[in-house]
Amino acid sequence: MSAARVGVVTFPGTLDDQDAARAVRLVGAQAVPLWHADRDLNGVDAVFLPGGFSYGDYLRCGAISRFAPLMEEIVPAAKAGLPVIGTCNGFQILCEAHLLPGALTRNGSLHYVCRDQKLRVEQTATAWTNAFEAGQEIVLPVKHGEGRYVADADTLAALEAGGHVVVRYLGGNPNGSLNDIAGIRNEAGNVVGLMPHPEHAVEELVGAPSTDGLGFFTSILKNLVNA
Amino acid sequence: MARVIVDVMLKPEILDPQGQAIARALPRLGFSGVSSVRQGKRFEIELEGAADEAALAEVRKMAETLLANTVIEDYSVRVEG
Repeated sequence: MSAARVGVVTFPGTLDDQDAARAVRLVGAQAVPLWHADRDLNGVDAVFLPGGFSYGDYLRCGAISRFAPLMEEIVPAAKAGLPVIGTCNGFQILCEAHLLPGALTRNGSLHYVCRDQKLRVEQTATAWTNAFEAGQEIVLPVKHGEGRYVADADTLAALEAGGHVVVRYLGGNPNGSLNDIAGIRNEAGNVVGLMPHPEHAVEELVGAPSTDGLGFFTSILKNLVNA
Repeated sequence: MARVIVDVMLKPEILDPQGQAIARALPRLGFSGVSSVRQGKRFEIELEGAADEAALAEVRKMAETLLANTVIEDYSVRVEG
């Protein structure tokens, strides 16, 4: 069987694409670089939208990236079931693109927060978290200034009732997000967005707080192999 | 030529920590009598033609599509003059 191909998107201002590609390779998949200005998804099996400051965060985080030519391909593909994950800026882009509900706003503290964050995996019925146990506690780095998840009361209630909250902050909420939400999924479970960074927690050698991030990458591999 | 102003504000129910920080700074600078501050964005849009109803409808579409994220923000459109 040929290796699963995971597209890693680079916008101008993306920072974490190399780490994401490395993490993809580490679990035995092929990382396919995708450029924001192209209109070709290159036949990838899944897409990773990495963190950073795409388009300089101008206007709002993710507001300009949402209209990148590549996004015009990703949005319909995601709606048709292509597994897509966005971390940090990638999560912001998914919300701006309305692939996920709600929005990410300035941290309540107004401070940029960079720390190792304890989390609970609430939902394993997604393309990106099926390798975890429900309720599993993990540690991933967070690093963001605009990660406070907000949504109106109805949306929030629907997220909770439908089990669409994928990861929740434990041991202190770094940004003031509603219901301690760190990450969510769409109805179908193929699209996941989270503020923490799984791609920075895959190798002990670089001083990562854990290798818990690997689970997101082995999940997608498992998902693709079983598909 | 006409100039259209689009104001974008966080919805009232969305916490605005930047506005709060400004409100807290004001008394320290000797300004009193302020009960709260909300921070927003102002866009000045220069039109090539007149600000007729069709042009304003187009500006509202711009606001809806790009200038504001209507999940968390409200916008208002007015002609300056």
